[in-house]
Formats: sequence, C-alpha cells, structure tokens
Amino acid sequence: MKHTHRWHYLLKTALAFGLAAWGWAAAGPVPDAPLVRQFTLNNGMTLIVRPDHRAPTAVHMLWVRVGSMDEVDGSSGVAHVLEHMLFKGTPTVKAGDFSRRVAALGGRENAFTSKDYTGYFQQIPAARLEDVMALEADRFVNNQWSDEDFRKELEVVKEERRLRTEDNPHARLGEALNAVAYTASPYRRPIVGWMNDLEALTPDDARAFYRRWYTPANAAVVVAGDVEPEAVFALAQKHYGGIQGPAMPARKPREEPEQSGMRRLDFKAPAEQASVTLAFKVPSLAPAALTGTPDAASRDALALTVLAGVLGGYDNARLERALTQGEDRVADSAGAYCGLSARGPSMCMLYGVPAEGKTAAQVEAALRAQVARIAKEGVQPSELQRVKNQWVAGEVYKLDSVFNQARILGVNWAIGLPLDADEKTIALLREVTPAQVQDVAARYFGDDSLTVATLLPQPLDKARKPRTAPAGMRH
Amino acid sequence: MISFAPVYSFALRLLGVALLPCAVAQAAIPIAHWTQASGARVYLVESPAIAMVDVQIDFDAGARRDPRDKPGLANLMANGTAYGVKARGNAAALDENALSDAWADLGASFGGNASNDRLSFTLRTLTYPDLLEQAVGLAARQMGDPVYPEALWLRDRPKMIASLKEANTRPATIAGRAFAQAVYGDHPYGAESTEESLNRISVADLRALHASALKACGARVSIVGAVNRAQADALVTRLLAHLPAGPCEALPPVPEVAPLGAASEQRIGFASAQAHVLVGQPGIARNSPDFFALTVGNHILGGGGFTARLTEEVREKRGLTYSVYSYFAPGLHAGAFTIGLQTRPDQAQQALDLVREVLTRFVESGPTEKELQAAKDNLIGGFALRLDSNRKLLDNVGNIAWNNLPLDYLETWTTQVQKLTVDDIRAAFARTLQPQKMATVVLGAP
Repeated sequence: MKHTHRWHYLLKTALAFGLAAWGWAAAGPVPDAPLVRQFTLNNGMTLIVRPDHRAPTAVHMLWVRVGSMDEVDGSSGVAHVLEHMLFKGTPTVKAGDFSRRVAALGGRENAFTSKDYTGYFQQIPAARLEDVMALEADRFVNNQWSDEDFRKELEVVKEERRLRTEDNPHARLGEALNAVAYTASPYRRPIVGWMNDLEALTPDDARAFYRRWYTPANAAVVVAGDVEPEAVFALAQKHYGGIQGPAMPARKPREEPEQSGMRRLDFKAPAEQASVTLAFKVPSLAPAALTGTPDAASRDALALTVLAGVLGGYDNARLERALTQGEDRVADSAGAYCGLSARGPSMCMLYGVPAEGKTAAQVEAALRAQVARIAKEGVQPSELQRVKNQWVAGEVYKLDSVFNQARILGVNWAIGLPLDADEKTIALLREVTPAQVQDVAARYFGDDSLTVATLLPQPLDKARKPRTAPAGMRH
Repeated sequence: MISFAPVYSFALRLLGVALLPCAVAQAAIPIAHWTQASGARVYLVESPAIAMVDVQIDFDAGARRDPRDKPGLANLMANGTAYGVKARGNAAALDENALSDAWADLGASFGGNASNDRLSFTLRTLTYPDLLEQAVGLAARQMGDPVYPEALWLRDRPKMIASLKEANTRPATIAGRAFAQAVYGDHPYGAESTEESLNRISVADLRALHASALKACGARVSIVGAVNRAQADALVTRLLAHLPAGPCEALPPVPEVAPLGAASEQRIGFASAQAHVLVGQPGIARNSPDFFALTVGNHILGGGGFTARLTEEVREKRGLTYSVYSYFAPGLHAGAFTIGLQTRPDQAQQALDLVREVLTRFVESGPTEKELQAAKDNLIGGFALRLDSNRKLLDNVGNIAWNNLPLDYLETWTTQVQKLTVDDIRAAFARTLQPQKMATVVLGAP
C-alpha cells in the first residue's frame, strides 16, 4: 500500500510452498536450491542468512516470537502498540532519529505485527547492513520513551484502527467472527486491539510487554540479499551477540476447547452487499511433520490445503465456477482458504457475496454443497495437477523478491518450522491423493465445528451526523 | 563491512565505485531497444538468474480516450479478453473456463487493464522452452482473438454495478470521487463509471474498440527476464501476430487538464469513524522539465515515509492521523497533486488547517538545505532498491518505453537528483502549485 506505514499480516500466515519438480516442471532446468544458513548467537538469538547476489541490496529483519496471541484480556493491541513505540527512541537515538538514520543510509523501513509474531525491517544497500544492525540491536534492548510520547502514538494507533477496521464492514465482520469462533484461544482478539482496550492501555503495559518478550532467546535476525553468511554472522555476534535478556517466560498453551455445535452471528454494518463466511476448525500441520513422519492430523492438514486449492486456488476454480456463472448464479464472488500452519489453531474458510436477488443463506448452502459434492464424488486428478502447478510456478516467481524470501524465512522461524519448510511441505503436498482430499472433505465440514458469520447490510444515512468521539478521548 | 560481489545476474553491473560520496555503486542497466518491421517498439533487460520472464505490452488506448458517455470502456475491453478466444488454424476456440484452466495449467498469468493513459497487457511465465512457447501463443490469442460473448457481459455487468454500489458506501471512495471531480472537471482523467454508464456499454462497443485500438504498430513491449535478444524478438513477433499490423495514423489529441480558476471546498456529511481530507489541484505532465525537482521536493513534503514534513507535523508531533501523504501523478497530461489524510471527525479542521499551513510554507520557502541533503542521501543511496527485482525493473523499463525517455535514463537518474538545489525545488513548486486555488474535500467532519 502506498501510504500506510505499519503493516499487518492480519490473516494468512500461509506457507509458501517449496520448489519441486514434477509434472511439466521436470521438463526444464530447476534453479539450484538457495543456500540458507542458520546460526545461533552466544546469547541464544537465532540468525538466518539467505544470500542472493542479483543486486547490491539487502534486507535486514528482526523477528520476535510475540504477537497478539501473547496478550491477555484488557490489554489487547499492546504487541502492536509496542511495535509503534520501538520507533520512539533509545537513550542514544532520540524519537524519530531511527527513521532519519535509516533514510540517510538510503534505506526503506517498516514493521509489522501479526497474531504470531512482530517484525521490523530495513531494505538497504548491502554495504549498509552493519549500520542498520547497530540501530536495530540498540532498540531491541534499549527502547525508551516518555509517557507523553506513548499517549501521542496511541492516538495514531487508534486512527489506524478506525482506518482499517471501524470504517471497513468486512474487517469488522472478520473481527466479530474470530471473537465468536474462538472461546479460549487468544486468536479471538483482534491484532490491533479492541478500541476500549486501546483507550485504557498504559505506558507501563507496553514497557512490561517489552521487558518480558524482547529477549534474545525469543528473537531471530533474518538477512537476505547481497551478503555472505559468515560475514553476517560476525556482524550479528558483534551487535546482537552481547545482548543479555531475561529467560524466556513460560507460555501458557490456552488451547481452544473442542467446539460442539454450530455458532452463528449476524453483523450489521452500512453496506450495499451482504456477505457470508463459514469457518470450520481444522487441524494444523505440526512442525514435527516436516522432520519426521507426519501424524494423522498433519496429513489431514495437508489434504485440506489441497482441497482449498481445488475449491478456490486459481481463477475459475470450483467455487467461482459453480457459484458465479450461469443464468441463475447465486454469488458475485466466492472463495476458500485453509490455514496450514501457525502458532495457534487453524480454520478453513469458505466465503461468498450473494448475487442481486439471492440471499446469504443461499450462498451458504451453495458453498457447503460444493464441499459435499467433493466428499461424495471426489476430485479429478487434472484438478489436483492444476493446483500443484500453481504452487510450483509460484516457487519460481517467489525468488524474484528478496524481501519476500526473508519474510517467509522469518514466518517459518516464528511458528517453529525448519528452514527448509517450504521444500518439505511441497514434497508432502505432492503425495496428497484424490482419495485423501475426498476424505477430508467428508470429515471436516460438518455443523459441529462451524461458525457462520453473515454481514447484514444496513442503509447508509448520508444525512446523518458523523459519529461523535466516544467519551474520555484525548483532544 | 560486507563487500558485495560485482556479479549481478540480472545485469545490474558496476560502472565504478565511489562516484558518490556515500560510495554506493553507480548501476547501469543495459536496456536493448529495437523496432520491429511492424513498428512495434521493444525494450529488453536480460535477467537470466531466474527461469521466468515478465512482459508488458502498452498501447495508447487508455481511459483518457474513452468515449465521454462510456467511461471505463478501455478497461472493460482489456479485462474482457478473458471471456474466451476464437478458433484459429488448428487451435480450437476456448471459452472462459477453458482459457482460465489453460493459464492455470501453464502456471502462468496474463491479463489486461487500462489506466488513464495506457491500455496494458501483462504476461508472467516460466521460461522452460515448451511452457514459454505455449504461454506466448495463448497470450497472442487472448490479446488478438477475444470473442466478447454477450451472455458473459450481461452476466458480469450487474456484478460490476453491485460492486460499484458497495464501493460507494465507503468514505474513501466517496471522498476520492468528489476530489477527482473538483480537480479534473470534465477532463477524462476525472471520469468515473456509474450504473448508467455501464448500462450504456454493449459487447459491440467492446468488439469495436478492440478492432480499432490494438495494432502491432502501436505496441510498446517491455521485457525483463531470462530471454536473450533473439528470443525476445521472436517472442514479440509471436505475441503480436494476431493483431492488425497497422497503419498507425496519428490519434486525435486529448485536451489538457484545465488549471483551477479558484479555490473550492466541499463538505460532505457522512457517518464514519474518520473524516477524510483531500487537498490538491492539477499537477504536471510526465514530460515537465520540473519532474525531478517536484519528485524530490515531494519526497521531502509528504512522499518520503516517516521523515516527510507532513508526517512529522500531522502524525509524529500531534498524533492526528495514521497516514498523511502527498504525491504527484504525472501522466501524458497534468495528473493531480494530492494531499490526503484521515482523522477522527472532530479533528478534521485542525488537521486541514495544519496541512494547508505546511503546504503554504513549503511552496513559499522550499525545503531547507538539510532536508534536501537528507532526501538526496535517501534517494541516491537507495537507488539500487528501485531495481533489485525483475518486477521493479519492468516498472522502470515500461516507464522509459512509454514516456520516450533516453535509454540511459537510469544511469543519469542519480545525477539528476544530485544537481538539484533548494532554489530549483522552490521555483518548481512555485510554478506548479497555487495553495490559494486548491480544491478541498472534507468528508465526515461535523
């Protein structure tokens, strides 16, 4: 996006899929597997280096394995607010100077917070790597700001919430859906935080979160681009290796109890079009599945990923074709997505926008009918091949972006997957058979683990006065 | 320090080191350019490291040439090539599903769209020989032999109208439309589709435009990827083979965007959590001699991330917004200069006053020497970041191809930035912007 500064990867910690040669890909040369190196610094911090010598640039990222899922009730949004505060200085770098110094180096920078992790990055000429490492290491351990700076930045974050969520009916629907689908899992809270929690957030909430989670054993540095791994390791030892932090706090699992009955929510918002999202709880791919023999749940997770591809993984996949074409089409758009791997639980989502004159209930029924059809009739090998072809090609295209390669390595580290997770995942997906896809379509899409969220469009009252600011807001 | 190896597989090569004080290598991107017998102009950067290629084909058939009562026609024509292709030779006709399955089977993507100036098709494919051959052949058919079945247009038009109505419930859309209207008046740059205008468009319009607007002689083809010159030349010949060769007579001129005669201010009532504020006026065309001065000046004013003046004043110092920005949109005509922000409704006036004050001061006084140096450090030091992927290179090559820029444009870019002075920037802003005559839209304020 052109103008926004802090990024969220709000929904999909989707895995990218590893390089593999099968089908037509075997016909041509496959690029050599990139040489990715992983190191552990003296203090337990992880370093991952991915050389790519196409251009004299590099990306430097600092990942912390802490996100909104590590927050507790009443302090939702603190991980993300803290991410903003990391730009507000240290004893030696005053507020705003971090950004000014990165800019002076020719760099671009930003940061992002998700449910599972927080990340900071700079894209720089490769020769400037050490400069940004020094800056990043400093704020990782010395971040410090006044209460007044905090209160000002909190207003910025509230504006961010208004922009992304409050005035976006689909974002609000998604937020409401998570809050209903999850009971105990911290995934039930929005990453940006509830507005009322933001209003009540204190500077010390953010400071405590920083002290607790920003510790070397909970962080990884990822560097990709025109660099040599050994040289990067030496720099990382110098700048990060001496940082001492508290021991990792114990994490409470807070697992989601099994759902035992359908949940429904209606969400009213000013809009023209209704929409409906069906969220089914499904198993995740266990990290161990990528280093040993996958357990049954991991095999199901892989088959569900292939199923989502058959339903919605390419233009005109099953859902689009069945729901949005023909004389009596029920939907204007439709799609599917299954989470494969994350620190928390996964869901498969089916969604659609009703066509004029059709209802959300009709779309809901049509979406479920397509899954039921696969459960009954199975899928064609040609469909499976088409889905796999997308992934193989995507693995080549993904090599074009150094930034993306670093991002994927960071995500995989954050959720506990091995460095070669992409290649291993692809290898496992290759083995998924039509019968397995049919089997998971039959087993995971019943009523009991389903949450249905429907957006009920409300007329827009253009003459109405704008909403007034809630009481208690700063002016 | 880490030294970088001077081997850049996508042909980013070092000319010399230490041309600049910060010792960032000056990069040269060799762009091969030739004109085919058909008149098609080809621009190629060889980037052999990854077995893929990106191709962009641009025509002078963008939205600025849409009939006044049928805005969006060019875009619909380009999009609508996906509705299926005719039989040709031994190749059977493909309906929309067969066509999209064929692209999915190839692991390639192809599509068309139109912006204000250009009607463009883009192809991304792997370069394994059999795949490249099939992808280029399929792209040639989709671009050259589309069928535009009436049933599909009649099916999709209501979808478009519904999504238009949905978009018109969003504060950003409504504010943006009002702003475009205020800045562009009846110039085609400000034209927007409506339910009525979509209902006026028929498949006959799509077919007629396709037949007249796309000719090989008018194509500018930009290519970045793992193909050499001979392969690229053959690729372009094949890609354009189904289009009429020509001739390409001069197209009728499109009027220029009229300057604003006076300030305007619209207050639009809206029940949203944030007010949207937009301020601006017609800016410059891409061929303006002030292009570099305004680009660098805007980087300082509101284009350069956290360090820009607007961000510093509106966000960092006062916490009034998440996002405040300014930009120029130079095209074949004077695209808008725009400042935008969103803020809690009760703060809208304060933010607007502040933005006007920052802008007026900047136009009067220009940047400080220190700000200019910081901008140069960032833009020149980070120049390589504009070129470090095939995708970014394609944007640059397409820009050179479309705007008739010299082939060494990228080599001279840092020099153009380096030589600017505070006076250059102040003078360029003073010539271009009239803060007292700007259009303002405030949506959702009390």
